[in-house]
Amino acid sequence: MALSSKHLLGLQGVPKEDIQTILDTAHTFREILDRPIKKVPTLQGKTIVNLFYESSTRTRISFELAEKRLSADAINFSVSGSSVSKGETFKDTVKNIEAMKIDMIVVRHAAAGAPVYLTKITDANVINAGDGTHEHPTQALLDMYSIRQKVGHLEGLKVCIVGDIAHSRVALSNIFGLKTMGVKVSVCGPSTMIPRDIKDLGVDVIHNIDEAIQENDVLNVLRIQLERKAREYFPSIREYAKYFGITRERLEKNGKDILILHPGPINRGVELSSEVADGSNQIILYQVTNGVAIRMAVLYLLGTLN
Amino acid sequence: MKIVLKNVDVIHPEENINLKESSILLNNGLISKIGKLTDDDIQGAREFDFTGKILVPGLFDMHVHLREPGREDEETVITGCNSAASGGFTGVACMPNTEPATDTAEVVKFIIEQAKNHLVDVHPVAAASVGRKGEIISPMAELVDAGAVAFSDDGVAIKTASVLRRAIEYASMYDAPIIEHCEDETLADGAMNEGINSTSLGLPGLPSVAEDIIVSRDILMAEYTGGRIHIAHISTKNSVNLVREAKKKGIKVTAEVTPHHFTLTDDSLKSYDPNFKMNPPLRTQADVDAIIKGLKDGTIDCIASDHAPHSIEEKESEFQYAPNGIVGFETTVGLSLSELVNKNKISLEEFVKKISINPRKILNLPIPIFKEGEVANFSIIDPKHVWTVDISKFISKSKNSPFDKKLLTGKTIAVINKKKMFYDEQWIDLTSA
Repeated sequence: MALSSKHLLGLQGVPKEDIQTILDTAHTFREILDRPIKKVPTLQGKTIVNLFYESSTRTRISFELAEKRLSADAINFSVSGSSVSKGETFKDTVKNIEAMKIDMIVVRHAAAGAPVYLTKITDANVINAGDGTHEHPTQALLDMYSIRQKVGHLEGLKVCIVGDIAHSRVALSNIFGLKTMGVKVSVCGPSTMIPRDIKDLGVDVIHNIDEAIQENDVLNVLRIQLERKAREYFPSIREYAKYFGITRERLEKNGKDILILHPGPINRGVELSSEVADGSNQIILYQVTNGVAIRMAVLYLLGTLN
Repeated sequence: MKIVLKNVDVIHPEENINLKESSILLNNGLISKIGKLTDDDIQGAREFDFTGKILVPGLFDMHVHLREPGREDEETVITGCNSAASGGFTGVACMPNTEPATDTAEVVKFIIEQAKNHLVDVHPVAAASVGRKGEIISPMAELVDAGAVAFSDDGVAIKTASVLRRAIEYASMYDAPIIEHCEDETLADGAMNEGINSTSLGLPGLPSVAEDIIVSRDILMAEYTGGRIHIAHISTKNSVNLVREAKKKGIKVTAEVTPHHFTLTDDSLKSYDPNFKMNPPLRTQADVDAIIKGLKDGTIDCIASDHAPHSIEEKESEFQYAPNGIVGFETTVGLSLSELVNKNKISLEEFVKKISINPRKILNLPIPIFKEGEVANFSIIDPKHVWTVDISKFISKSKNSPFDKKLLTGKTIAVINKKKMFYDEQWIDLTSA
């Protein structure tokens, strides 16, 4: 039950068997999270560095909990105030950390491809915790696991990813992973937020949210970035909420029991109305819990490889 | 010193010279005799047997970055010239994105002074606007007097149409071309070609239309003003088509291409290796095909290296943060011969035109003449030499090349200019006794 790679850099090109193995392993770890004592000795003696070049409290906490529950030694290294301000290169920072004898690196970085580069300069197992607008594989894995648990299967499902596809690492990982698992994937959002060539990845493009609701079994709704640069891609938050936001009225109008995922944090009243964000269709907090199990599975499978 | 270049094929496409297994006698670096030599002629001469080699007018690279003044850690005028000679060039035009920018007569003279005693002729391209900022045109008359041969805000296009107009109009008084790095900066916030590869690699894209828009603008401005525009490192299919149509209309536009843009595509970026990061970015196979068509039909006038040395610490980084560009002097001839001439895309004569004759014409520089009494300015090519690129052996101070370990066929093995010769890794003073 080993994976075909010693790293998890993304879901592009990851074989179906590997994804299956991760999801199945996560399922066995999921049970541990409901025990009174949520700890197993699986990775005892392993040292894992959470190397975060970009702040992300949720993802970091989720990885850290997963590491601690597997009894690994977890070190957090956030770079915002650390070596970048000293002018140290990424390579030197990584070499320094590696010299302290570590086994695995979980990396979050603003630059796409940084985890790939990491594998060229270190012998440690590398897990991508989000690189620029490229991939965020553990998020997609936990999304897939959550869907599989709720629906019972993945194959043959229709999933639409809604929002800013062009600037989303979650979207890309979901597209690659879901397609591998036999899911029919579409994306929905304003045309300015959808890459020109996305159809070449084998996904359909929809610009009408009602159609997206009608046509699909699952919506994975992304967070709309509200900072200045991302804001240039659509006219106003009001217009976005009106034409792409998911509300209870929209769900009722289209008369469909649809599963709604969101990677968080939610902009209430923008991509999801509060009623939907707290409603019966969504599984947002369920995803968060599953996230720990998925990360335990990935750490376990890579950490016990050698 | 007398030297004889024996049994060499002599080709000069501009003078319609095509001699098989000929010989050339040089006396103190001047051409003394071409053709059949007598025993008297070669008495006391040092002989070089160039059987199977081809002697052509010295190659000229019209788009290079020598980094001096400012980034002498990456390259200097001298190390750049050494690298150029080793790559087969006897002349270069160097770009003005130095620190400070080459926008004053002092900097132009400084660069020329550095290269004064070198085999390689160095002709600075000066900034088109002060500080390459696109606001006020540079002191072009003074810059021409100091030795500048063209103007460019290289690295970026001239910012506005109004400054472009003034630059073309002013430069046309001296018949100097404006060399444009064609890229609309409002569309240029990316790290690689926009397309399916940028989408799946999650890297911000540089759309081809950013180049096409500025090529269109510049062609229209050249037509309107009657001035001359030279399109640097053309990289897109649409831009090639735009230049072709403009030339048909008689608009004064010329274009160059780099070897990486006719040999590589953005498929190479899947490894996130910053050695494949350049601007313009590597495009698609359709663009490469259009460029080769443009080279064949004469739409693209020149091959230039865009030699862009960068320090190891700058290139060894996250792809998005790495600087653009590759070192090109020492691979340009090998790549062109391997990919264009040996594959019958263009003839050797066409190749020589694009890398020796045309660049000099565009920059109003004299073309080497093969006649008695002239200073010898030659490159000697071994078209059959099979070799492997090894960046650790580059003469350039920098090693950033995507072609390491690439097997190439064809190489320049000797250059002669300014009464000096570079052959077999040795500098020979042709005026010595």
